[in-house]
Amino acid sequence: MISIRGIRKRFGDHQALDGVELEVPAGTVQGLLGPNGAGKTTTVRVLTTLLVPDSGEAVVAGHSAITDGHAVRRNLGVSGQYAAVDEKLTGFENLTMVGELYGMRRREAKARARELLRDFRLDDVADGKRAGAYSGGMRRRLDLAGAIVARPPVVILDEPTTGLDPRGRRDTWDAIESLASGGTTVLLTTQYLEEADQLADSIAVIDAGRIIAEGTASQLKAQAGGGRIDIVLGADADLDDARVAIRSVGHDVHIDERSRRLTSPAHDGEDALLAVLQALRGARVPVAEAALRQPTLDEVFLQLTGAPAETEPALEEVPA
Amino acid sequence: MSLVGALRDGGIVARRNITGVRRTPGALVTGVAQPIIFVLILAFVFGGALGGDDYRQFLIGGILAQTLTFNSSFTAVYLAKDLQTGLIDRFRALPMSRVGVILGRTTSDLLTSVISIVVIIACGLLIGWRIDAGIGQVVVTFLLLLLYAFAISWIGAFIAMTARSVEVAQSLGLLWLFPVCFISGAFVSADMLPGPLRAIAEWNPVTAVATAVRQGFGNAPPSGFAAAGGWPAENALLYATLCCVAIIAIFAPIAVAQYRRISKR
Repeated sequence: MISIRGIRKRFGDHQALDGVELEVPAGTVQGLLGPNGAGKTTTVRVLTTLLVPDSGEAVVAGHSAITDGHAVRRNLGVSGQYAAVDEKLTGFENLTMVGELYGMRRREAKARARELLRDFRLDDVADGKRAGAYSGGMRRRLDLAGAIVARPPVVILDEPTTGLDPRGRRDTWDAIESLASGGTTVLLTTQYLEEADQLADSIAVIDAGRIIAEGTASQLKAQAGGGRIDIVLGADADLDDARVAIRSVGHDVHIDERSRRLTSPAHDGEDALLAVLQALRGARVPVAEAALRQPTLDEVFLQLTGAPAETEPALEEVPA
Repeated sequence: MSLVGALRDGGIVARRNITGVRRTPGALVTGVAQPIIFVLILAFVFGGALGGDDYRQFLIGGILAQTLTFNSSFTAVYLAKDLQTGLIDRFRALPMSRVGVILGRTTSDLLTSVISIVVIIACGLLIGWRIDAGIGQVVVTFLLLLLYAFAISWIGAFIAMTARSVEVAQSLGLLWLFPVCFISGAFVSADMLPGPLRAIAEWNPVTAVATAVRQGFGNAPPSGFAAAGGWPAENALLYATLCCVAIIAIFAPIAVAQYRRISKR
């Protein structure tokens, strides 16, 4: 449903996209995961026909985004990290306008706007209140609703939860999940592995304008060396005993003495955790905390690129 | 893109713009206050030296031309604001006419110009200005004013699409207005200007509009003013109309071309 082949785009000295390749089958949710400046927004701008790449091809719903922009726009809904809603209009007026601009009749657009406001739980505020007075989460939901006014087969969401509080993020996730369950093809960019994990069927990792890995969340985590075991002890005196015990069951261990934390790689997941805990009990070492942790985006990145990801939730900057 | 599509989308965007203006009427204060200030300053500060009562008959046509020219800066600022908030990106990703957003703006900004025209006419009547012409001629004159306001608005649109930020659009959108409005026959007879400025003023569209409006309203120049000569002055209505058409023919395509290419970031 979305096909990106060898897209390149250079802004001055900066090669923003360096041969991006990506296939998104119909009815799936594709995550595009990467740090700031990796090329996520630039990719989105090509797919949404806002930017013409230097070379390569992008096909959305069977139409070229480069040569047949109008046909692509007819089949596409877009929602961006900046929630581009008209602050002076109410939510209802915003959605009605977008519906009309998709070619709906006014009456039809109004009915659709009401329906969406209900679905996105904005109907109690949307009539009287201007969008400028909405909270960040509400604006984002309104922007998201605008993307699906015309029930497009493809929806592209550029960092839909960046800058939202946890509650707003949860609400936006719910909205995206219900969209995906309706059979819409979704491409979603994000800086958060957790978010891609939660929403996407498949995740592509982008860095420096190239796709460097693709797969499900668990495949990516496995590539990053699986999880790790975290043990925190109650007393400093037990650290040496704990080290010996963990090594005895065949695990490397890294000790942070100040926090009394022992960390070991856990390639075989919960079996490794059980083995370590049994070894500690055998050595009579009291354990304050024990956890099996999934790798973070940082660790996935470190593994894939050899450089730590920038996880600041700052805005992505792409020179124009 | 079809003309019907452009008109339809332009209408949708224009309605949205007018709703916005209605909800922030403060933005109209400039559009109302500025012509009043110009009328008062020119009628009573400079007007005494320029012919007193006679000058006031002459002045209103010039104020109308100048104010409508200045109103193009509203178009520039509003569009630059939509660009800056990302709304234009939203519009550009919709299957709508590529002309629609700007056409909607230049159309809805006619409302501001209608308000300006009403304020100037009222001000003029208060200071003793009178219309001395038949109804047909007066209607044609008002139509010319609207056509000119619409045409000049496209220049504001082009400035917004080129400037990309509100601050730049605001200063650029005002800067060019001063020479254009004052090196003209809006406030004095073009023939009173020295050498090369006179040639510019004679062919300046602002002069043409001011002259055509005076002729349309039957306002004679003060006796001390040299009679403006030359083809543009003798065919002011025709020349002013041609200027409007030319402005649209030049600035509409380049403003739309910028819109297609522009990207906020």
